[in-house]
Amino acid sequence: MRMNIHFKNRVACIGAGLTLFRRRLFETPRELAWEAAKQALENAGMELKDIDCVVFGSAPDAFDGIHMQGEYMVDGAGGYKKPFTRVYVGGGTGVFSVIAGWWHVASGLCDKVLVVAEEKMSPALPHPQYVFHHIFDPITDKPLGVNLIWIFALEMHRYMYKYNIKKEDIALVSVKNKRNALDHPAAQLGAKITVEDVLNSEVLVWPVQRLDISPVSDGAGALILTSEEYAKQYTDTPVWIDGVGWNLDTTYWTNRDLAFPKYLYYAGKMAYRMAGIHNPRKEIDVAEVYDPFDYKELHHMEGLQLARKGEAPILTREGVTERDGDLPINPSGGLLGVGNPIAAAGIMKVAEIFWQLRKEAGKRQVAKDPTTGLAQAWGDLMQIGTVVIMRV
Amino acid sequence: MGRDVAIIGIGSTNYTPMTTEYSYKELMFEAALKAYEDAGINPRKELDALVTAAEDFWEGVSIFDEYIPDQMGAVLKPALTVSGDGLWGIIHGYMLVKTGYFDIVAVEAHSKASDIDNIMDVWRIALDPHYHRPIVDNVHMFAGLEMMRFMEEYNVSREALSMIVVKNRYNALYNPMAPYGTKTDIETVSNSEVVSYPLRKMDISEYSDGATVVVLASREVAEKYDKEPIWIEGVGWISDSPNIEEWDLACPSHVVLAASMAYSQANIDNPFKEIDLAEVDDRYSYREFQSLVALDLTNGYMMDELVFEGVISPSGELPVNPSGGYLGMGYPLEAGGLVKLYNAVVQLRGEAGPMQVGDVEKAVVMTRREFPSPSSAVVVLGR
Amino acid sequence: MDKNVKLPGTPYSSDDFKKGKIPYVEDVPKARYTWSAGIAMSRFLEELKNGRIVARKCHECGRVYVPPRMFCSYCFRPTDEWVYVKDTGRVNTAVVSYIGADRGKLGEPLVVAVIELDGASEGMGILHKLGNVDPEDVKNRKVFNMRVRAVWKKPEEREGAITDILYFEPIE
Repeated sequence: MRMNIHFKNRVACIGAGLTLFRRRLFETPRELAWEAAKQALENAGMELKDIDCVVFGSAPDAFDGIHMQGEYMVDGAGGYKKPFTRVYVGGGTGVFSVIAGWWHVASGLCDKVLVVAEEKMSPALPHPQYVFHHIFDPITDKPLGVNLIWIFALEMHRYMYKYNIKKEDIALVSVKNKRNALDHPAAQLGAKITVEDVLNSEVLVWPVQRLDISPVSDGAGALILTSEEYAKQYTDTPVWIDGVGWNLDTTYWTNRDLAFPKYLYYAGKMAYRMAGIHNPRKEIDVAEVYDPFDYKELHHMEGLQLARKGEAPILTREGVTERDGDLPINPSGGLLGVGNPIAAAGIMKVAEIFWQLRKEAGKRQVAKDPTTGLAQAWGDLMQIGTVVIMRV
Repeated sequence: MGRDVAIIGIGSTNYTPMTTEYSYKELMFEAALKAYEDAGINPRKELDALVTAAEDFWEGVSIFDEYIPDQMGAVLKPALTVSGDGLWGIIHGYMLVKTGYFDIVAVEAHSKASDIDNIMDVWRIALDPHYHRPIVDNVHMFAGLEMMRFMEEYNVSREALSMIVVKNRYNALYNPMAPYGTKTDIETVSNSEVVSYPLRKMDISEYSDGATVVVLASREVAEKYDKEPIWIEGVGWISDSPNIEEWDLACPSHVVLAASMAYSQANIDNPFKEIDLAEVDDRYSYREFQSLVALDLTNGYMMDELVFEGVISPSGELPVNPSGGYLGMGYPLEAGGLVKLYNAVVQLRGEAGPMQVGDVEKAVVMTRREFPSPSSAVVVLGR
Repeated sequence: MDKNVKLPGTPYSSDDFKKGKIPYVEDVPKARYTWSAGIAMSRFLEELKNGRIVARKCHECGRVYVPPRMFCSYCFRPTDEWVYVKDTGRVNTAVVSYIGADRGKLGEPLVVAVIELDGASEGMGILHKLGNVDPEDVKNRKVFNMRVRAVWKKPEEREGAITDILYFEPIE
């Protein structure tokens, strides 16, 4: 792979839109996608007819219960009679759909791309979690009655063991993110809670408790990406996508070092090299890292080299990752606070960096003056990292 | 768009109705080994990215992306899944190379249709849950509607449709990859069982299993390559409304628009004259004609003339589906477009043996995704 | 985007749904599969019936893969040899589950673990249950590195499935 810092076609983000994130929304998947897309278009000062290509992101088809879900979504996502694709990397899809939007423009093939992600988990009965049963290997894992939370708990526990991390320190992430989410207009679970609340919440799979986990959500998000030429036509304040990275580890998750997300280390490295970043800890001003579980925020900070191995809990305890800290992490409130409509949550993270860099985050605006931000998601069998680096 | 991206390697398993002995991972591994060997690359060192085209409900696994890297040599590499046919995989691989950051990208698609016990029920899950699902039992019904409208507007005879089946299944006899080669006749096809009138059983491609891998490279890498590279000269992909009722059923606009997108990139003004070979969608007999119409490849011939006067036979003015198409190779779900592309590359390289249709300079590959999908992709290849 | 922006979306509660205020269409997707286990996993399952765990070895890098596969994930070449690994091993990580696959509460908590089998390459574990392990020993982290062995079903009850091993239990 060539890693010269040479932008043949620089890609800008010029608009973002979100719906509410809620446990149940009345709108159909198509309607949700449309609402988010419409907002992003208005935000960018565009109409649908101005768009060349559409990229759609959504996680398992099984939530909506619709096979080939991308095809069903075409018109809702604004893809009618346009080049339209759905990309899919499990939980990493939201940020990944932005990466796909990036290559549409960076390749020179398209100038104005609408990226839409939508997730409606509520239609799955009896509980959306059962859908996740079907992500596992039908021969080695499924017969054991595996629940999605098992594998995250196994990873979390290994991480805690290896670096001797206390549950109290991990719980601080949940406390911070839910509090941050109080200031987010889409938030499902903004709340003032304490470490004790987390530690006293229902134990699902030790060491994972209810308040360690993000909720089940419905929601959608959208972004507008353009080439440099068009960005300048539409706005004075484009946000540039200067680096993208993604990386997929082996399928056999029981064969991996669970204490360190190597895939994310490589994904981050790819994005940093593309963006010309040598010291991420110093050069990244604000980051939205993927936090479906509180320990994942810490795990991912370390994978992204925003903290040394085992150091993320310490930074969190010292307040470094608060909005007024030196390295604000998840100022939006993250998945733990804003909610987790899987692919849409990834878009929400990129949108937050977009607003933070444009200083449009209102009460959520971080104290420092950010010029470089990072958004990241994670998915599959704890296996893929997707990273976008943005600059003003 | 110029010659920026080349195909430097292809590999495939044979396509067969059943592959009970092998897992999909083992099929993918075989195709990948062959493709990397053909390209002369070591994927662990040289592969920059992997694109897989797959859909969860075909695999019977949610988030199929989880299961792709190991057998493809792509562990700890940028790998991704496109929810679509392999031809969309090619288009995204093409764009990745064109960004300038990726030199070698592999594209994979496969079918394990035989692992699905009740495939017609699985097709039904793709239907809109509020409107179509309660009233449509069988997705071939949509094909029947489309076929009726097409026959009416383009004045196609039943015999001409049957002749497409006869032609493609005969062509397949010369394709070592194809399982459905046979000598049949118009009468047998025309009298096969009615599925959704006017669609008959033999108008419909049977399913097949297999895996195919294609290796793409930047111009810089391709020019160092010891075989003649095959260039991707144009790509187009378009989706129409998911409400089939809104389509032009005689001539689907998603194909027309995708073709014009690909042709304009490839600087093709007169497709029939400039293109030497077409591998087009023939999931259903009528679909081959319909694809040719939408791709502007009929040169004013009537449909009956195209097939009865040999215009689209392997030795004709424009050989269409000399591989046997879906009718002869089987319909391998999301691998469909990639198998067609594989066969076009073999022809462009002049390596098709008894299938070779003569000197091929330019080829067009086109597939639709199947009902209820409103999407098509077109790729123009050149030597 | 500030907190006060009003975003689209119409929330409803599970109560609204139960009371019939939300129109809906119900469907149970029917999709059944018979997955071909393939060469590597078929042999693995057959050997489980014999009370043995079989792996594949790559002669280039020396890795011994469990579960077995016909290709080396890291060298990208066919693996070379069938080898047996022991049914004993070491706990890499373990947790206590209070919920089942459908998120329903389990009557008894269940301990599950990643177990690195003796004879497999370092770090190559498998997922399985632990028996006769006190959940407290998971919580106080005593379980890490614990030596365990497989407890098998009786030979006549085995069916060629991962569940032919009932669970792993501590050796001492």
